[in-house]
Amino acid sequence: MTALLQTQGLTRRYAGLIAVDGVDMAVQAGSVHALIGPNGAGKTTLFNLISGLEIPSSGTVRLRGQDLTALPADRRTALGLARTFQNVRVFAAMTVLENVLTGLHPCRAAGLAATILRTPRFRREERALVERARAALDMVGLAARAGERAGGLSYGDQRRLEIARAMVPEPAVVLLDEPAAGMNPAETETLAGLVRRIRDLGTTVLLVEHDMGFVMDISDTVTVLNFGRLIFSGAPAAARQAPEVLEAYLGHKVAARLAARVQRP
Amino acid sequence: MPGWLDDFLWTYQNLVHALGINGLLALSMYVVLAVGQLSLGQAAFMGLGAYSSAIMTLKFKLPFLLVLPASCIAPALFALAIGAPTLRLSGVYLAIATIGLGEVLRAVYINVDWLGGALGLSGIPDSAEFWMIYGLLGVAVVALWLVGRSGIGRAMEAIREDETAAQVLGINLARYRLGALLTSAVLAGLAGALGAHSSSFIGPNEYGFEPAVTILSFALLGGSGTPLGPVLGAWILTLLPELLRGFSDLRLVFNGLIIVLVVLFLPAGLLGVRMRRRAA
Repeated sequence: MTALLQTQGLTRRYAGLIAVDGVDMAVQAGSVHALIGPNGAGKTTLFNLISGLEIPSSGTVRLRGQDLTALPADRRTALGLARTFQNVRVFAAMTVLENVLTGLHPCRAAGLAATILRTPRFRREERALVERARAALDMVGLAARAGERAGGLSYGDQRRLEIARAMVPEPAVVLLDEPAAGMNPAETETLAGLVRRIRDLGTTVLLVEHDMGFVMDISDTVTVLNFGRLIFSGAPAAARQAPEVLEAYLGHKVAARLAARVQRP
Repeated sequence: MPGWLDDFLWTYQNLVHALGINGLLALSMYVVLAVGQLSLGQAAFMGLGAYSSAIMTLKFKLPFLLVLPASCIAPALFALAIGAPTLRLSGVYLAIATIGLGEVLRAVYINVDWLGGALGLSGIPDSAEFWMIYGLLGVAVVALWLVGRSGIGRAMEAIREDETAAQVLGINLARYRLGALLTSAVLAGLAGALGAHSSSFIGPNEYGFEPAVTILSFALLGGSGTPLGPVLGAWILTLLPELLRGFSDLRLVFNGLIIVLVVLFLPAGLLGVRMRRRAA
């Protein structure tokens, strides 16, 4: 089975630093795939390379087998990629509903003339988009706040709004960059439920997260990066015991001691 | 037209024309600000419209109803030509580049005798009519308003607020920016042609740095959240010198003072509201 989203030899070099180093990663359709690793491991750079905000030095990104590497970010979105950001990027001055409607931009068909003339087709389309946006807000539990200014929402609500905005065009893959950052345990619990619902609705989830409880709880596959290299990819339970992962997180001395303890009868 | 209105328009013709034309220029500024670009090329576009229309009228004797629509061709082509290299620039770099382009055009007008050289072109017939100016202004305000309230306006606001986020949501930045620059060029070109055919004379210095900044100040004063803001700003800054005629030496001082006060106390402009969109 070929993966839905696949990177091959993906590399991003900066002067004197290799942020992402020959990463071959395969994200299976219908899975929740977590990308973890110590700070500076290259997780966000990898996200930027996949979503098209950065150009790889070499390597390819494929979605459903189609090579995206040469496409700009907006074209990738139209083909079924969506993402959120580590530092929340909602449009603060817009209302909550308008933020989500902006996420439906690739789904708009009305041209300039139809827009100015307010043709019946334009009106029908706009109504349909508003309905879809409201459904997405409903999914993240923000339906009641549709008319509020997005900048006035709490941090956790802004994160959920960003997820609704990314999810509203029904992407094939959504990249969530530290969705649980800054959330309390109750909010994280709700978020886990939301991520499962997203997967059940047919969108594959690739997420970067530091909250290990959350990652172990919801992911089907875990990929571990360290210094830009992929050092492990497999089931979450296996990641916990893989010596290279322990070493990356804890340093080689502690890892060796832990490994010795595991081997003792 | 009722008699009194006719009289009024006759007496104040220059001022009434200037209000409408500056309104169009303010809209030309609004369009680029709406996608988060600080371009100071509006005066240059206006100059291209003015010169191309004056040449068509004076040298080719074409009727004004043909000249007016044709006057936006040269600015539009210029916008397309500079669009590709300059739209990668943003903020103050784009402003500097567009000022530079305006100065290049000014040097061309001065040095090409066929374009009147430093003396400019005179004897342009007074063919711009009240209804043309205000008809175009009305159509432009309504069209920009309707666009602003639609999904296109939403995408423009998204670009203005956070271009990275906008791009990731599938908005083609280059397309929107080029579209805005083109619209801006067309509006300024029409304003230039109407201006040239209201004042009978045009010269190279009318389209340089100073008018570029004045056009920007229309939008700063009025606020660039809706198309009405910049038009209001243009009207105030056009009327003010007339009301302060006794202090004509201090005109620029007053203009400058207003801008400083607005930037300090009303950073969003006099009409500091954002476009309301239907949330059906």
